[in-house]
Amino acid sequence: MSAASVPMSTPSETSSTTQSSVSPLAWSVRREIWEHRSIYIAPLVAAGLVLFGFLIRVFRVSETMKLLTQLKGDEQHMAVMIPFAIAAVAICVTGLIVAFFYCLGALYNERRDRSILFWKSLPVSNTTVVLSKAAIPFVVLPAVLFAVILATHLIMLGLGSMALAAIGQNAGLVWESWPFFKMSVVILYMIVAATLWYAPIWGWVLFVSSWARSMAILWAVLPPLGLCLAERIATDTNFFGGLLDYRLNGFLKEAFYFRDHGKDIGDPLALLAPAHYLATPGLWAGLVVGAGLIAGAIWLRRSREAI
Amino acid sequence: MACIEAHGLHKNFGSTVALDRVDLKVESGRILGLIGPNGAGKSTLLNAVLGLIPYDGELSVLGQNPWQSRDQLMRDVCFIADVAVLPRWMRVWQAVDYVAGVHPRFDRAKADAFLAKTQIKRNSKVRELSKGMVTQLHLALIMAIDAKLLVLDEPTLGLDLLYRKQFYDTLLNDYFDHSRTIVVTTHQVEEIQQILTDMMFINHGRIVLDCSMEDFETRYSEVVVRPENVAQARALKPINERQVIGRTVMLFDRADREKLAALGEVRTPSIADLFVAVMTTNTSQGAAA
Repeated sequence: MSAASVPMSTPSETSSTTQSSVSPLAWSVRREIWEHRSIYIAPLVAAGLVLFGFLIRVFRVSETMKLLTQLKGDEQHMAVMIPFAIAAVAICVTGLIVAFFYCLGALYNERRDRSILFWKSLPVSNTTVVLSKAAIPFVVLPAVLFAVILATHLIMLGLGSMALAAIGQNAGLVWESWPFFKMSVVILYMIVAATLWYAPIWGWVLFVSSWARSMAILWAVLPPLGLCLAERIATDTNFFGGLLDYRLNGFLKEAFYFRDHGKDIGDPLALLAPAHYLATPGLWAGLVVGAGLIAGAIWLRRSREAI
Repeated sequence: MACIEAHGLHKNFGSTVALDRVDLKVESGRILGLIGPNGAGKSTLLNAVLGLIPYDGELSVLGQNPWQSRDQLMRDVCFIADVAVLPRWMRVWQAVDYVAGVHPRFDRAKADAFLAKTQIKRNSKVRELSKGMVTQLHLALIMAIDAKLLVLDEPTLGLDLLYRKQFYDTLLNDYFDHSRTIVVTTHQVEEIQQILTDMMFINHGRIVLDCSMEDFETRYSEVVVRPENVAQARALKPINERQVIGRTVMLFDRADREKLAALGEVRTPSIADLFVAVMTTNTSQGAAA
């Protein structure tokens, strides 16, 4: 043909090139993080907002202290703890929203923009692809949330103790109220417990993402809600509604001892109930359902075409 | 071993028959043009070959069942489905890194060398590239993979002539060697006629013509018939007759060239003309040759 391009190598050279070791799963997870930068940006933004609010509180430290001094020991500790707890909850809720929308698009968007044909042209199995996508809500996001919460708390502790020192108060108050290392263990435990508890939710959304031909969000949300409503209308009972509520909030009840702490905070690690949690049938049932739905998503991706 | 071999390959979509008990064999080291009108079953055939859809009948690609052993097969098979499939959010360096990270037969130096000859910037996103550049990027990725079978389904759709020409030149000069097999479908038949070693016409899910280019050249003749010889020429049963600026052009299958020479100027038809003839005669030519 034309002499416009010069051959770059002969076939013999090509075949002698080193065959690099490949790791499809690791690269596929990296690919997901490249595509979905909200995985780390959204928690960071949430942390930024929390810190901004906390900064304002720090500048009003003398007023805050006036209020605090009116409180007794434990109530004082509680009042100091609240912003830390809010920070953790805000970042976790952001993470849940990110995980939901991530899962919703994970196996749907690649079909809609036809890029699935490119991914399928590479020797990466459907199992690897779907597991790499499941790794985001199950591994990557929990790790990101834990790291961001820890960093946020450290900054808050630093700012809080500096502000107290600046007005001549006991800078150790914040560290006493929020024992950083113990609370980090509590937060890690909570994140792991929630992640495992939400397995069927992530599995369901990934499954819908792989199955839906359009409006994935409706398919993900309406069937569970519709089931609850239909049951309500038909039998005036609330079995499915209770099930849904238990799935959304149940891990708090099953994984922690909240019942008898009263006003006494005591050792935060005493709140953890891992043995009870591991013996909760709902945990294992959820994991089985989640695994089944992910297996379904893998099976669907095999035969699903671009839409 | 044949690169692709099918017996009774069949595929329905609902009540529509997309592939109607197709038998075919593609030997290694060939460049096959798969040609057919829209909806003829080309893409269905390629999707079956690539293990993207389940099918009935027997199909073996590089000795493997593409639906069952797709994951292993994709180490030796590459495809470009359409120009628009590279993910638009991806940056050029990410695409190269990713393919290098997952493909054991990918040669990064080769991809980099090819990209260096283009205007593509490593930090650009795919959505920022022109259609031609996206195809260049895709080609750079594909050509750096030491594959045994390359499948191109309308690879140059929507590209201008310069990019199309460059695409096929690069493919032939820098990629093809006789250990590889290339299967290509396109509507711009005339542009790939020169690079093909074999061609296959497909219509209504059936292979209506399957021949090598050498056979094509000896088997088919096109005659610009002199006006006084038209009746005589028709007696030889041309498979197609058309008027070109007032002159009658007839297409013959397995006719005696010496006889034809007496009727007018004899030449080898273009694939495009043969395609039109085969598709319009509406007769099943059979998978001869």
